Amino acid sequence: MSDMTAIQGTQNSGLTQPIYLDYQATTPCDPRVVEAMLPYFTERFGNPHSRNHYYGWEAEEAVEKAREEIATIIGADPKEIVFTSGATESNNLALKGVAYFYREKKNHIVTVVTEHKCVLDSCRHLEQDGFQVTYLPVQKNGLIRLDELEAAITDKTVMVSVMAVNNEIGVIQPLAEIGAICRKKGVFFHTDGAQAVGKIPLDVNAMNIDLMSISAHKIYGPKGIGALYVRRRPRVRLQSLIDGGGQERGMRSGTLATPLCVGFGEACRIAREEMPAEAKRLTALRERLLKGVRERLPEVYLNGDAELRIPGNLNISFAFVEGEGLMMGVKDIAVSSGSACTSASLEPSYVLRALGLDAEMAHTSLRIGIGRFTTEKEIDYAIGHIVEAVSRLRELSPLWEMHQEGIDIKSIQWADH
Amino acid sequence: MTSLAAYLDYNATAPVRACASEAALRAMGVPGNPSSVHAFGRAARGLVEEARETVAALLEADPRGVIFTSGGTEANALAITGWNRRRFLASAIEHPSVLKARPGETVGVLRSGVIDLAALERALAADSEPALVAVMLANNETGVVQPIAEVVRLARAHGALVHCDAVQAVGKTSVDIGALGVDSLALSAHKLGGPTGVGALLLADPDAELRPLLAGGGQEGRRRSGTENLPGIAGFGAAAQAVMAETDEAGRLARLRDRLEKAAGEQAPGLVVIGAGAPRLPNTACLAVRGVSAQTLLMGLDLAGVAVSTGSACSSGKVAPSHVLTAMGEDDLAGSAIRVSLGWASEEQDVDCFLEAFGSMIQRLGAGDRQARVA
Amino acid sequence: MSYSEKVIDHYEHPRNVGSFQKSDGGVGTGLVGAPACGDVMKLQIKVSAEGIIEDAKFKTFGCGSAIASSSLVTEWVKGKTLDEAAKIKNTEIAQHLALPPVKIHCSVLAEDAIKAAIADYKKKNGLEEDAAQ
Repeated sequence: MSDMTAIQGTQNSGLTQPIYLDYQATTPCDPRVVEAMLPYFTERFGNPHSRNHYYGWEAEEAVEKAREEIATIIGADPKEIVFTSGATESNNLALKGVAYFYREKKNHIVTVVTEHKCVLDSCRHLEQDGFQVTYLPVQKNGLIRLDELEAAITDKTVMVSVMAVNNEIGVIQPLAEIGAICRKKGVFFHTDGAQAVGKIPLDVNAMNIDLMSISAHKIYGPKGIGALYVRRRPRVRLQSLIDGGGQERGMRSGTLATPLCVGFGEACRIAREEMPAEAKRLTALRERLLKGVRERLPEVYLNGDAELRIPGNLNISFAFVEGEGLMMGVKDIAVSSGSACTSASLEPSYVLRALGLDAEMAHTSLRIGIGRFTTEKEIDYAIGHIVEAVSRLRELSPLWEMHQEGIDIKSIQWADH
Repeated sequence: MTSLAAYLDYNATAPVRACASEAALRAMGVPGNPSSVHAFGRAARGLVEEARETVAALLEADPRGVIFTSGGTEANALAITGWNRRRFLASAIEHPSVLKARPGETVGVLRSGVIDLAALERALAADSEPALVAVMLANNETGVVQPIAEVVRLARAHGALVHCDAVQAVGKTSVDIGALGVDSLALSAHKLGGPTGVGALLLADPDAELRPLLAGGGQEGRRRSGTENLPGIAGFGAAAQAVMAETDEAGRLARLRDRLEKAAGEQAPGLVVIGAGAPRLPNTACLAVRGVSAQTLLMGLDLAGVAVSTGSACSSGKVAPSHVLTAMGEDDLAGSAIRVSLGWASEEQDVDCFLEAFGSMIQRLGAGDRQARVA
Repeated sequence: MSYSEKVIDHYEHPRNVGSFQKSDGGVGTGLVGAPACGDVMKLQIKVSAEGIIEDAKFKTFGCGSAIASSSLVTEWVKGKTLDEAAKIKNTEIAQHLALPPVKIHCSVLAEDAIKAAIADYKKKNGLEEDAAQ
């Protein structure tokens, strides 16, 4: 618990470093969530599927209460919530599950080039198994074009999968409009809501969403649990990925982890209740950071739409400074270059490339995630720290020097290596 | 509900060990994603790798062969769909997570509850296509331990791979993946006093090729995508550590279980201990009193605060008779069988509690039966 | 990713950062890498009439290991003859900085930068070029 206390401590004492600014990778568990989970970690340890004794009933009741909270935050019915081990499993289950169930009739899926890796990899898996997949491009702001989506849907299309909010650039896709098109065309609409739930208002009925993947650890809940919303009317059917005891109405077998379910439910409750005020607070912090950096540094570019993005995300390219070197320079703040899953690799982010950024610009970006425990003091510290590191690295950068001398870097014949 | 007198359903789930819940809670205070490269991410990664080494040590395995999953069910699914084998053979008494993982052929068991090795050999020889064979180390309902070394020997002779569901065995008896000779082995943390929501698949050859079940970020050596369940994994590691620190736990459990069975047999002279003729886990007692409904027994025991179960927890809400007992040819006993399972926190007084409740139930039911006959 | 102490030291206190006049006859300039690949190194050497590298400067766009590799070689080449400098191997750089396998290319780039700077100097001064290969 010491790290947690440290994060809490920043609010009333001095700053503890490094400052966590990577809320899209994962979020610290809210102490209220931990509190709710505690009894189920210890004395209330029953298996919620044990129907023969009190231990089991007690666990089942807690799980069902959590299921209700998760349903409420997206306007669904609790019966439509399937617990999984996380958003990766939810996305795998949604894509493979629906595709395989309806494969006799339909064999085409429409998705987007900037989806999370687990959606893209699931699609690749389906392609190897004979399915057709259309990968829609995005505009410079990261959003898809609705006319392109509509044109991509054929009578063989079973499902459209478009993420609600992108994990790297935080842009919000036009969900209601996409839902309307899907409903009109009679295809299922799946959305990866891992980065959206609890951050922006969502309503599966108003938005005509048929399946939605949710992650607990992105909203201050525990790791190791997520959910898939599966619409009952009109009914969406899917082939299960993990079969066995037949839990979760046959869609996902395996003993449910009661403490994780409880923590997930509590995380949803808090997020729902605090969303309006928190969105305002985070938007103000985000704008403060962006303004602060831009006032003191030239050649700073925001990636992704400036307006249609979640309050807690910034993705900034610092031209002429390499991202990994910059990461090392901003060691007092924990941020990421690219997504957490891929930032250990040397490839520039495929999401940034999809926006039309050239590789060199994609190499100079930082993702800064602001969240529940971020304070204004921390933002101000981060501004100074980033400005200092970028300035220092630009002094070191031959590209910055050329830019200062008026040389167009693109005009140089660079060797491959 | 009044306070609970005795929890004797360890094969469904075990109470979480204090060291495991503490480790899980500590891990919950680490706000990083193990895939992140910054200090928080590295701290999280450190916890995952430490737990991986402990879990590997418990099974005498190579840490690189440990793939953390969301539990035993996923571990079984990953192995059974992941091994590149077109043919799949499983014993008839496997857990549903094995039997339903993919279509395949089943191999029966003898009345003792032990796999019919001759039938396995015939099945292996019937087709030249090399198979994947799944046989559990110990059955969840009866505790009967399977002759894995023999299974492996037969499988190898026919070029087959062997997956072993060791979910029930680990923590109750010592398991060594190398000695068993299997290719993969499934584990669940909550069965050994770790948290729920986490398990592992162990590969004997850490470099073996396995098709992933969950595609995505490429975690767990590209074999299992998804952000690691950090608290769960840390708790799993702590529970594994606690198991390794135990001395003669199997002997202690066997003494408790044997006393329970002996005394229960004296209370109910017609008591049948299912699987008693075979090697069994030291903690499991599958008991049936002919003519007495298991549901009636369960309800009475529950009212007395004693938690036991029928069959596996996953299916105990259903009315279908246990596929395990049916496979053993014990159809007539299937409706009477209750499972009493002990574990790390079980003590003499739990056994006493059970015996007190069981004894009075048997007496009452005996009276009830006579009245029923008169009516 | 964890960096060795030496990498961190060079990253935080880079030696010989800066530029010489490119047009100066005694200066050889090597510019290697590509922005699209995430690494660009500019390494310059100032060579005395006796053919000794008197001074060296660098600027690098890249990760910590790339910055450290180029910073290190500016120290190493000073005082060496062109032939001696040309013999610096990437493996020595990688070993000295304890670079992990994924960062070996940074040391390769640093070796390339020395060779390119030497070649540029030789070309400018009409010397034979085969030694640089």
